[in-house]
Amino acid sequence: MSTPDTGEGGDAGPSKDPAYLARGPELAVALGLVLLALLVIVDSLRVGIGWADDGPRSGYFPFFIGLILLAAGGFIAVSTLFTWRGSTAVFARRDELLPVFAMLIPMVVYVLAMVWLGIYLPSAVLIAYFMRRHGKFAWPSTLAVSAGVPLAFFLVFEKWFLVPLPKGPIEAMLGF
Amino acid sequence: MEELNNLFHGFSVAMTLPNLAYMLIGIVLGVLIGVLPGLGGANGIAILLPLTFTMNPTSAIIMLSCIYWGALFGGAITSILFNIPGEPWSVATTFDGYPMAQQGRAAQALTAAFTSSFVGALFAVILITFLAPVLARFALNFGPAEYFAVQLLTFCSFVGMSKEPVAKVVAAMMLGFALAAVGLDSVTGQLRMTYGFPVLLKGFDFLIAVIGLFGIGEILLTMEEGLAFKGKTAKLSPNIVWQTWRTLPQYWLTFLRSTAIGCWMGITPGGATPASFMSYGVARRMSSDPESFGKGQVEGVLAPETAAHAAGTSALLPMLTLGIPGSPTAAVLLGGLMIWGLQPGPMLFVEHKDFVWGLIASMYLGNIVGLLVVLTTVPYWAAFLRIPFSVIAPVIVVICAIGAYTVHSSMFDVVMMMVFGVVGYLFKKLKYPMAPLVLALVLGDMAETSFRQSMLLSQGGLSIFWSNSLVGSIFGLAMLMLAWPLLAKLSGLLGSRRD
Repeated sequence: MSTPDTGEGGDAGPSKDPAYLARGPELAVALGLVLLALLVIVDSLRVGIGWADDGPRSGYFPFFIGLILLAAGGFIAVSTLFTWRGSTAVFARRDELLPVFAMLIPMVVYVLAMVWLGIYLPSAVLIAYFMRRHGKFAWPSTLAVSAGVPLAFFLVFEKWFLVPLPKGPIEAMLGF
Repeated sequence: MEELNNLFHGFSVAMTLPNLAYMLIGIVLGVLIGVLPGLGGANGIAILLPLTFTMNPTSAIIMLSCIYWGALFGGAITSILFNIPGEPWSVATTFDGYPMAQQGRAAQALTAAFTSSFVGALFAVILITFLAPVLARFALNFGPAEYFAVQLLTFCSFVGMSKEPVAKVVAAMMLGFALAAVGLDSVTGQLRMTYGFPVLLKGFDFLIAVIGLFGIGEILLTMEEGLAFKGKTAKLSPNIVWQTWRTLPQYWLTFLRSTAIGCWMGITPGGATPASFMSYGVARRMSSDPESFGKGQVEGVLAPETAAHAAGTSALLPMLTLGIPGSPTAAVLLGGLMIWGLQPGPMLFVEHKDFVWGLIASMYLGNIVGLLVVLTTVPYWAAFLRIPFSVIAPVIVVICAIGAYTVHSSMFDVVMMMVFGVVGYLFKKLKYPMAPLVLALVLGDMAETSFRQSMLLSQGGLSIFWSNSLVGSIFGLAMLMLAWPLLAKLSGLLGSRRD
């Protein structure tokens, strides 16, 4: 159990775990924004930023949005670089980042699996995985919850509200 | 007095049995959403929105807005009992609420929080009742230039009021505008920024962004804090409620101040979160005993809760009258209006009286129902937090995925939700504000259309924005907000030089 992190950075707390500085992610996000800004500007130039006979063209408004985004992202990137050496702001500690990835990676796998297998089976597997791996639940309760939750969603969405959810080969085999 | 007639008519719309049932469902779902980490007002409503597509719009908005009130109430429960803010706007409530719970005064803290939420909301609804029709009538005369000026003011207020670095506020906002521009340009029919990917044709839906940014992002943040819920229990007996209520009137000035702060921050898009912090700060500064704050001072619970609820409620005022939401949650409700085929803005008050006044009446009723529900059911909600996070977390991920999928029945949206989730986590860690991103994504098309229409009227001259006193003063105010951080810095410099 860690103390609630205030996110203010600078203080790595009592933990011995190494802390990652915020400057790396800061620069990466800023450069990402710059890249997006360039994409916006390039495509605005393609569709035209001037006037046509019937008024401003499609790129007229986004072009300026792109310019401002470029300026803001560029400013953040440059000021991060300028304070690179003296920067002590902490992004997160190692013992904080590990659980984040423990969540993120299964989530990504879950979403990718959804594309092929529909929503029900991956949901059941995701819940079972977390309950076994992180909750140390016994099999009976794990099976009950991981089968019960998707079943409940099936009843609420498909039967009650008539909203179809993605289904895969297994549901097709069962005739849905 | 026309307002009162309309309001009574609204009560007759809202007081039907099905609508009262939707209200109750909404409140209960809302409190649940408010209590659970990773689900909040904005993404909770976004997830449930697709289920209302076939409902009658009045019942749908009553249910969804009640989810919002419920979430506002629910946030206080976890802050006070568990020291975990269920919602960002209840962070300030933990400062004094949790110490009170530690001293065994959890019941008093909860009663005070719920009651002050109710008071804040009530004042804000009264404000909406009388101000909204006036504002709507006034806004009927707005042309495209006025609309753009108001939208500009909304966005400039973000720059002026945010605590985050200006460059990051601007960057988040422009990212929202850029994403909103992707896809088919509705004016010229041209494709923009799709780079040949057909999935980008319909652009980015803000509902997906909201579910990802606030839902998945929040789950990742919660993981980081390594949550083990260890909290206090509370049982509210009528006796304690009554005793606490008897002590509350002496804080009338705090209530009044916090309501004023909340309403102001709600109407200008400051939102509930900064309102609650500001109100807490003001209450402490004005207090005769500032030292007692942070150690279980009941005023420290009253002030942020009143302001958060007042802000959350009054955020609907600009949404209904101008079509400009004052908070991300109001933005999601606005998205709902458009999906149900109602054009938000002043014409709503002319063309859909039943809807508008039914909604306003339901705000009165919903908050009364909400107060009763939370006062009577607190122990059960606390029990929800005793469910281990290893169960709650994957279930919430599943709920978010379902919510993202059902918006357009598109798998691509679910993938985008994950992307927005990671962006949300990074933005939160690096102190980029999320609200301007969401509002820009919602208002992007509208702002662009009104800007282009203004430019058409003026043949490309920016002078249309100061062509008459109305648009000129709104535009001037917007520029003032934009320059605010700079002015504040300048006055700080001058002040320090004088010392």
